[in-house]
Amino acid sequence: MKKPEEMPALPVKALAAIDLEAVGALDLSCPDPGLAMPMGSPEPNQLVRNLVQNYPPRLLRKRSRHIKVNDPIEVPKIEANSRTSPGIITQRGCCYAGCKGVVLGPITDIVHIVHGPVGCSYYAWMTRRNQADVPEGDQNFLNYAFTTDMTENEIIFGGEKKLAKAIQEAYDLFHPKAIAVFSTCPVGLIGDDVHAVARQMKAELGINIFGFSCEGYKGVSQSAGHHIANNGLFTNVVGTEELPPELKVNPWRVNLLGEYNIGGDAFEMERILARCGIQLVSTFSGNAQYSELARSADANLNLVQCHRSINYMAEMMESKFGIPWMKVNFIGAQATAKAMRKIARYFGDPELIARVEVVIAQELAEVEPVRNAIRARTNGRPVMLYVGGSRAHHYQSLFADLGMPVVAAGYEFAHRDDYEGSVVLDSITIDADSRAIEELTIGPDPERFAPRKTEAEIAELEAGGLKMATYEGMMPEMTKGSVVVDDISHAELEQLIEAYKPALVCSGIKDKYVIEKMGIPCKQLHNYDYGGPYAGFKGAINFYTEIDRMVNAQVWRLVTPPWAAKKPA
Amino acid sequence: MSITELPKALADQSKVPSSTETKSSSTTNACRMCMPLGACLAYVGFEGTVPFLHGSQGCATYIRRYLISHFSEPMDIASSSVGEAATVFGGEENLRVGVANVSRVYKPLMIGLASTCLTETIGEDVPGMITRIKDPETGLRAETGQATPELVFAPTPSFAGTHADGYHAAVTAVVKELAEVGEETESVNLFPGIVSTADLRHLSEIVAGYGLPHALIPDYSERLDGVTVARYEKLPGGGTTATAVAGAGHALASITLGGMVTPGVDLAGEVLQEQFGVEHLRMPLPIGIRLVDTFTDRLTELSGQPMPHWLDAERGRLVDAYIDGHKYAADRTAIVYGDEDLVVGVTAFLSEIGIKTLLVASGGRSGQLTTEIAKLTPARAADIEVLDDGDFHEIEARAAELKPDLLIGHSKGYATSRRLGIPLIRVGLPIHDRVGAQRLRHLGYRGTQDLFDRVINTLIQVRQDESAVGYAYM
Repeated sequence: MKKPEEMPALPVKALAAIDLEAVGALDLSCPDPGLAMPMGSPEPNQLVRNLVQNYPPRLLRKRSRHIKVNDPIEVPKIEANSRTSPGIITQRGCCYAGCKGVVLGPITDIVHIVHGPVGCSYYAWMTRRNQADVPEGDQNFLNYAFTTDMTENEIIFGGEKKLAKAIQEAYDLFHPKAIAVFSTCPVGLIGDDVHAVARQMKAELGINIFGFSCEGYKGVSQSAGHHIANNGLFTNVVGTEELPPELKVNPWRVNLLGEYNIGGDAFEMERILARCGIQLVSTFSGNAQYSELARSADANLNLVQCHRSINYMAEMMESKFGIPWMKVNFIGAQATAKAMRKIARYFGDPELIARVEVVIAQELAEVEPVRNAIRARTNGRPVMLYVGGSRAHHYQSLFADLGMPVVAAGYEFAHRDDYEGSVVLDSITIDADSRAIEELTIGPDPERFAPRKTEAEIAELEAGGLKMATYEGMMPEMTKGSVVVDDISHAELEQLIEAYKPALVCSGIKDKYVIEKMGIPCKQLHNYDYGGPYAGFKGAINFYTEIDRMVNAQVWRLVTPPWAAKKPA
Repeated sequence: MSITELPKALADQSKVPSSTETKSSSTTNACRMCMPLGACLAYVGFEGTVPFLHGSQGCATYIRRYLISHFSEPMDIASSSVGEAATVFGGEENLRVGVANVSRVYKPLMIGLASTCLTETIGEDVPGMITRIKDPETGLRAETGQATPELVFAPTPSFAGTHADGYHAAVTAVVKELAEVGEETESVNLFPGIVSTADLRHLSEIVAGYGLPHALIPDYSERLDGVTVARYEKLPGGGTTATAVAGAGHALASITLGGMVTPGVDLAGEVLQEQFGVEHLRMPLPIGIRLVDTFTDRLTELSGQPMPHWLDAERGRLVDAYIDGHKYAADRTAIVYGDEDLVVGVTAFLSEIGIKTLLVASGGRSGQLTTEIAKLTPARAADIEVLDDGDFHEIEARAAELKPDLLIGHSKGYATSRRLGIPLIRVGLPIHDRVGAQRLRHLGYRGTQDLFDRVINTLIQVRQDESAVGYAYM
């Protein structure tokens, strides 16, 4: 399923019927406006003031900068990616979680050794539902959790020797292609040099071994870990192998960046790309194998799904190898169609453009009847989303498909550009926490730099309505008067639920039972409540069905017993 | 505390005997969780208490998501969100601001503080910080005008022990802080250890059946198995009250169930005995008829009352069930893994019904596992392999060799169960691949009955599935 062996056949008649001129005239750059707020929604400015009124003065001022009433045209400035106030019970995780748990963890054939005490490795052990269809006979360490299990002995005398022995043991046991080492809090504090140990063992064992200084206390959230993971993968893996000549025949070669295959999302994206005849060189990092990432420099376009976790990689690969990148969103049927059209327009080959249109038409023919039937039961019912660093934005497309307005949303660990758009990147103030994360300066590779498009070609694409190397924020695509809250606390979430009485809240497991205790269904968008995929066309059908099942479930009617309901309020 | 003056818990670690001779340097698929997790779980069992981890916020987040997925209940754990700068300059300001914010928003009766690897490694003096927070002149109350809740602290670096150690460290910290001297009462302190919410409720029911006033310390049965009502409470009710813990200092006696901890970790019952003279008895978790009998005998001694009729009837029904089911169990084999306290009880139970335990495994480091198992199963002691400080890599290797009929343990054994095709009976913590972990009963005659039925039915199902005819009467 992953890489098309040959070009899948599509009906010749349908291909010939595509009006290339009309497709070329489609505007693929404009933001999709959010659905209007439902009638009778609370007055947002007062609501925002109420949210913070119980805080001590300093916290009140700080939190007010993170909570904004949205205006999609005059997007207000929101504070993000700054340190969480102690004690407010945040959704956020740590740097290690972002590096090991999110970005590196899904790679199936690397042995991931967590250098630290036992807990960190245990809690990241298959906790994210990354899936993989590893070819028969290939190695797969997804359901392993390796750790040096540091004890006080190493805390006092240093853990480098134990790490070297653990690497040796992992090598002897599995002979993997590569080993990655992840540092937890104590490692940096006691001064273990994981990079030196990695280098030494790499020289000794002759396989790629590399370390990450992703101690939990670094940065302000898991976002710091994403950046560190990008740097390490780029420096140690990307471009270290070449695609064999037989895999360089198809010019439509892409990498998919920032897709982690939760619930099988990547499988669906692979399916759609393959149907259109597009070759997927690698995915960072869902359903990924080490060699695919190593060969990723031979792709001709980088597609960025979760820009929050991976935009560093896209930019570094463009600087070093000349591979342009574009933002895509495969969450939502219409969004997927738009993403595919953008890819086709980039390559500019009439054959591909026609193929993509035929595939979209065929797929939507299956999606639309389901969507229309369900929309009748979901239309106009409000939704709130508090999750991740891009999902709270991406999933709005699926709710738009269902006619459900998003009244409030926010991210856990996003930066300002994820809210306001990449246009604000240059105006983001770099604070001490961000400065502590290394920013690599990358120049063109003397041998391998080969711009896939000339500057003139890029300019022409952009003039035609295809934006490269940029992304829309969440706020320009949300309706006027909706409420945006960064790094929401439990107490704030509860007040918003009280105010909006939404039909559904999308969040993660840490909030799920709080929300459900309030009588509102909660869809987990980190692990999908063990469902999925929700990406692409088939994923959209799954999601519509799931949302219908949740918001129309009988159980919510049983919360209040009949004798209590009879009493006057 | 700096790392040169390590507490007892750390200093004694090297003495822990290991059952495997060539211990590897790495742990592959661990069979224990970390100390702060246990501490948070224990703190939730005290009324109006918010657990608070002094360290990187990832610890609180990971532990929340872990405990929430087991109990299917909200679980708020605050964090001081220590960042890079605070690792250099110290995290006191973070702790103080965090305590102020939690106090204001949650209005808790108590904040249960626990340290993490980070703050223990940099040597944070949390007791000193608490003293300064409580200072009438310069403390939080003077600064904010708000009352500060009770603050307790347990040192819980993951590198020093297991989640079971963290649990007991927190219970002991609360007892040390709140227990008071006084005139001896008729009340019994019951320290249940890490058991399910259904077990906690059942334990209370048994002790009450003897007419004994008692304090279950701690008791998270309401907070972690809550009801859905029209209005959500940020800090749900339930848990051991401060008054009950105060009374623990002049109770009639204490009973600790299980209590196998890494050497150096104090049990609350021991502290009450040493400092308050409250008689203390440690006994294994009451699983299986003999161990429940030991527990109920003790309750008769303390209360002067015979076993209540309903409990006697439960015992009778359990014996009846053993008789009905013994033919399915005889000579079957099992591997039991998980928390040390639990595996000891389960192994004792299995020996009563004729199932041979081939391997008892735990990630625990108490060093007592071999002796405890031998004490409870003297006839088979030589035939039972014991693996302490073990991981699933070792357990799976032995399972592949020993080919037991059953695996009994928590969800982390699922991969092994699947690869080897051995049915898994889920007990203990964590269970995150089935619903109802909080409702599973393990303790008392009733809990044993549940366990017995699950074990026998699993064995029957295997036989049924293997039968070519497809018998419906088994």
